[in-house]
Amino acid sequence: MAKTRSRQGGKSGYLLFLLPGVLLFTAVIVIPLIMNIGISFTRWQGIGTPQWVGLEHYERLLGDANFWASFRNILFIIVAMVVVPTLLGLFLAAVLFDYVGKKIGPGTASVFRSGLYLPQVLPVAVTGIVWGWFLNSSTGVFNSILDSIGLGFLAQNWLGDPKWALWSVMFVMVWVQLGYPVVMFMSGLQRVDPELYEAADLDGAGWWQKFTRIAVHLIKPEIYVVLVTTTISALKIFGQIFVLTRGGPGNSTLVPSYFAWQNFFEKFNAGYGAAISTVLTLIIIVLTYVFLRIQTADERRGA
Amino acid sequence: MSTQTVKKAKQGGLATKTLVLAGLTVFTGLVLAPFLVVLINAFKSSEDYSQGGPLALPSTLYFQGMIDFWNRVEFGEKLWNSFVIAASVAVLAVIISVLNAYAIGIGRLRGRTAFLMFFLLANLLPQEALVYPLYYLSKQFDLYNTRLMVIIILTAIQAAFGTYLLSSVFRDFPPSLLEAAALDGAGKLRTLIRVVVPTSWPTLSVLFTFFFIWTWNEFFLPLIFLIDNDLQTVPLALAVLQGQREVDITTTAASALLGIVPAVLFFLIFQRTLTRGVMSGAVK
Repeated sequence: MAKTRSRQGGKSGYLLFLLPGVLLFTAVIVIPLIMNIGISFTRWQGIGTPQWVGLEHYERLLGDANFWASFRNILFIIVAMVVVPTLLGLFLAAVLFDYVGKKIGPGTASVFRSGLYLPQVLPVAVTGIVWGWFLNSSTGVFNSILDSIGLGFLAQNWLGDPKWALWSVMFVMVWVQLGYPVVMFMSGLQRVDPELYEAADLDGAGWWQKFTRIAVHLIKPEIYVVLVTTTISALKIFGQIFVLTRGGPGNSTLVPSYFAWQNFFEKFNAGYGAAISTVLTLIIIVLTYVFLRIQTADERRGA
Repeated sequence: MSTQTVKKAKQGGLATKTLVLAGLTVFTGLVLAPFLVVLINAFKSSEDYSQGGPLALPSTLYFQGMIDFWNRVEFGEKLWNSFVIAASVAVLAVIISVLNAYAIGIGRLRGRTAFLMFFLLANLLPQEALVYPLYYLSKQFDLYNTRLMVIIILTAIQAAFGTYLLSSVFRDFPPSLLEAAALDGAGKLRTLIRVVVPTSWPTLSVLFTFFFIWTWNEFFLPLIFLIDNDLQTVPLALAVLQGQREVDITTTAASALLGIVPAVLFFLIFQRTLTRGVMSGAVK
């Protein structure tokens, strides 16, 4: 009774609390987003009057080698930021939680967890500076290690050679991302009921079976969260590319967000930049929607 | 089972234990090695570096590189800029998130799912899709090249995430507490300040920590909106310095160390909050 009354009584009162947020979001997100879509249909240098060109920019995108390169590169970045960290993270989390945590001590497990998570807290610019130095062709740490152990012939211009640049960026991104799934999956594993394991033990299940049949199954929510959030941050990657390679050499490490930035602030082609970022936004929204649908469908099946 | 087999099994267990620990230590060591390399090179002189290479320990502790770097970029000023921006954004974004989530999660407004989807999307948007209009508008309103502009934009973006997360936390807010407050004659604002905020303080502190660190690490928006040297943040100052050609390796190492130290300090201070936050953000 009291509940229904309080629910009906004065919803408008709650609406008032939404006011500052709505005003802020309208000014910072809604209006600029709509403007950006508008700009994408115009030719505009940022000054003067924008000139309506309709879908011209989008047509041009379809034939632009840089645009396709940026999306091809993003697929590689997704491997480095999503696929590898998730698989490796699952394995590490299982070893740390099930083995180290239970047989050696939870303290030891959390020390390893913290160590693996540390690269996550660095500002992207700092990550870029550190790895830019390590991978530098002449003064870099990598090449000088190779030299000192007699493998100098393996030295490469890691970031300056189109053959290696994308792989080097991928390597850095694995380093950055690994800790996140480890932390997430370890916390998920805490929810696994030990009785399930004991029952499986009685049935004679090995560690691998328990891991794949019970653990992975039960931490599905965490796996979804990691997959969604890392895929989106892979699509949005900018800072590391800006500091490490600036999309080069050529377009070998070009990504959509850097490509858009270039058009906005280097080539003064706001319309084209807006078209690129609008496409990127659409892709992210569609992908998120698909992910959420798969997740809810899966939850319903599980329930 | 004979005692001997038990003994053997235990020994086998010990061997596996050592093996697993050694493997993990080597792997984690490799992940952390860059931090160590930065540390030892930040205290070398250029001559020392060219003689011993990047992996040797410094022959003497050389502080001049770091001091020169500090003065060159006026690092103290950059720290202050970063702190002002990160702290303002964290406070404002928590306040906006609480207000939004109070209306959506506890007020259960009609259309709350649509609201939530909107806030989720606002957080997912690539900043590139907003930045040019914001850049243009900031010039129209004389806010370009000010810390205030960066604070306003980042508050909105962080609050979008905060609203999304907090709304689901508030949905499960114990109704008995709200009813008790209502019986005491507390209005909505009083209930929020006296009951809801104190009860959810742990979650709010997690949000604050996240917002602070994310804002501190932010690169894209300061790159575009903070042009003047004396407004720049730590990450931006480091990246700009790096773009200048004549920077030598030991300066790079010194600058990297000064960029790493605050981040690692936050990490150590907030470690518990952070892991708790990663977890609570995960499954809701």
